[in-house]
Amino acid sequence: MTYDFFYKLFGSQVIAAIIQSLLPLFVFILPFALFAVWLERKVSAHMQDRLGPMRVGWHGWLQTVADILKLIQKEDIIATANDKPLFNLAPVLVFVGTYAAFAAIPFTSAFIGSNLDLGVFFIVAVSGFVVAGILMAGWASNNKYSLLGAMRSAAQIISYEIPTVMVIITIVMITGTLNLNTLSQLQTGHFWNWMIFGGPVFGVSKFLMIPFMIISFGIIYISTLAEVNRTPFDIPEAESELVSGYHTEYSGMKFAMFFLAEYANMFAVSAIVTALFFGGYQSPIGYIGHLLGLPWLVPIEQLFWFTAKGLFFVFVQMWLRWTLPRLRVDQLMTACWKYLIPIAFADLIIIGLITLI
Amino acid sequence: MSIEVEEKISKLTEVQKRGNGLRTEHMVLNMGPQHPSTHGVLRLELELEGEIIKKVIPHIGYLHRCFEKHAEAMTYPQVVPYTDRMDYLGAMYNEFGYAVAVEKLLGIQVPERVDYIRVIMGELQRIASHLVALGTYGLDIGAFTPFLYCFRDREKILNLFEITCGARLLYNYIWVGGLSHDIHPDFVRLTKEFVTYFKPNIKELNDLLTNNKIFIDRTANVGVLPKETAINYGISGPNLRASGFKWDIRKDDTYSVYNKFDFDIPVGQGLMGTVGDCWDRYYLRVQEMEQSLRIIEQAIDQIPEGDVSSAIPKRIKPPVGQVYSRVENPRGELGYFIISNGGTSPFRVKVKGPSFVNLGIMDELSRGHMVADIIAILGSIDIVLGEVDR
Repeated sequence: MTYDFFYKLFGSQVIAAIIQSLLPLFVFILPFALFAVWLERKVSAHMQDRLGPMRVGWHGWLQTVADILKLIQKEDIIATANDKPLFNLAPVLVFVGTYAAFAAIPFTSAFIGSNLDLGVFFIVAVSGFVVAGILMAGWASNNKYSLLGAMRSAAQIISYEIPTVMVIITIVMITGTLNLNTLSQLQTGHFWNWMIFGGPVFGVSKFLMIPFMIISFGIIYISTLAEVNRTPFDIPEAESELVSGYHTEYSGMKFAMFFLAEYANMFAVSAIVTALFFGGYQSPIGYIGHLLGLPWLVPIEQLFWFTAKGLFFVFVQMWLRWTLPRLRVDQLMTACWKYLIPIAFADLIIIGLITLI
Repeated sequence: MSIEVEEKISKLTEVQKRGNGLRTEHMVLNMGPQHPSTHGVLRLELELEGEIIKKVIPHIGYLHRCFEKHAEAMTYPQVVPYTDRMDYLGAMYNEFGYAVAVEKLLGIQVPERVDYIRVIMGELQRIASHLVALGTYGLDIGAFTPFLYCFRDREKILNLFEITCGARLLYNYIWVGGLSHDIHPDFVRLTKEFVTYFKPNIKELNDLLTNNKIFIDRTANVGVLPKETAINYGISGPNLRASGFKWDIRKDDTYSVYNKFDFDIPVGQGLMGTVGDCWDRYYLRVQEMEQSLRIIEQAIDQIPEGDVSSAIPKRIKPPVGQVYSRVENPRGELGYFIISNGGTSPFRVKVKGPSFVNLGIMDELSRGHMVADIIAILGSIDIVLGEVDR
């Protein structure tokens, strides 16, 4: 929809495509990352009996802007022992992997970067870039801590993709679509149509499905937490062990790109969880726009609901981070291969049987 | 497997066998002196196979300040501020130990009021020191929040010290034969307030960290220190008691007025795993804080009236001789060996520091564990580099 609008406005496909692809970055990802960093500081501060940033702007809301300005001005250090091309490429790759995932995320029914029929599949696939970027960063840094961090990270992200994909398969099996936009549209109406409550079908199977959907949601939330390297799975950048893991050697803007990618990724996975289980951009209680007969209000409401749901899960990620300790690398693998994958598999089969009823 | 292949394999060196014919090497990882969780400027040389630790060599001395040599050039009272700077988290107790040693050398008896105040200060210091140990241990395992909760409570103790002697970290408060100041008129009330404030916070810490499943997974059955090994290595303090050996100098070789109070000596029981694992060492410190609170509660009501500086000698000139005196500081047995040649400054001051001795167990405990565990083990031993290096 937005693409058509820009096409009519500029009369050029190229310009419309460029604007369409840059829109999420400047309208959403950058402001969100800045906001999320500030939020993380505030959330942690209030959990820890302190105030957090208070000096720059009202309650320090400009603090992250100031930080980014500082990072831009900083010297970009490249040590002589670094593998220069890989070292420079790595942050870009990590950022691209994260950013590309936003292409298939439906923010509202009116705006989706690219309405792919393979939406979920695409997101899972491009997230693979992140692993390559992280491995590159660790290797090119020529630092043992970075290398250890990168190896852990690669092992972790790849392992946890399996339960994630299994849960996605569960949803796909029920709905028969990989398109996130269609998936969101399916869950329209009120909150009892959300996938977590058994989806838009009615009958006995819906109630049978609810407990298994909750299990599925638990699995995918834990796995996505591991995929974005957040506590209790922040092993790749375990501060107390590996200093800061694969981005130890990075400074200035390249460091900022890793940082930005991390926070953007947090929202990306929350958005996927939202779209799969919590109705995506759908309102839980119906739209004011429909009520007042103002159809243009609906997409705005949808954006609000989508952001609110996404932010809620981001908040939970922060909450967990500031509460829990960190697992050890072998315990992390145990949790994935011995618990999450078998449970996800059993869940998949049971839900499959329920849908047959 | 064919005979040729077997022959080939038999010719391989030990190193090559490990890699199935490929030549593999151990990676040497240098951890520290600038590392977030070596608790100061400790440098650990780790020999790794993958992430498995084969060998740990601690390199110390980055904070060496020649305390012992320095002490020979100063008079006895002048040494006191330097003892503060050894174990800077247990400064009050270092002074305590030094004062007890010199008083033993001089053969003087301090007024009872002084002893009571010393015990209260010493136990407050023990709580403060354990809070740092527990908080930073949580930080090592990856839990950031308990760290700040512990520091918030420690701040309250430092406030008590501040109203007493003006300093918050290095006090110069316990002098040979007495104290530098009497306690503040509000001290008793504020200390009681602190005790009532702090008791529920121990439970909060237990809920947040001690009984956390992930925390238990990370620390139970990790770095198990059997009782015999601990004794052979000369380990003391909470680390020894966590291995199941009931040994506390406050009770077993009592000094000051500790024999007047009723308190228990907790020992490690292996509640979550094996006796003497990291969790036991951690939990023992939590239990010790509770016991310290008990001592403070008893002592604070009984402080006798009197003068705290009446027994301070004008000129300290001990007779020719030597003394070894030990106290139980938050980290273990802190011993002072002082030789006097009859002058106003000591001929020799030798310190037996608990952190230094306890650090020696690192290699023994860490072998076969992973890199993440070495942080857990080092944190559970609870060293202070200022005292290791002196």
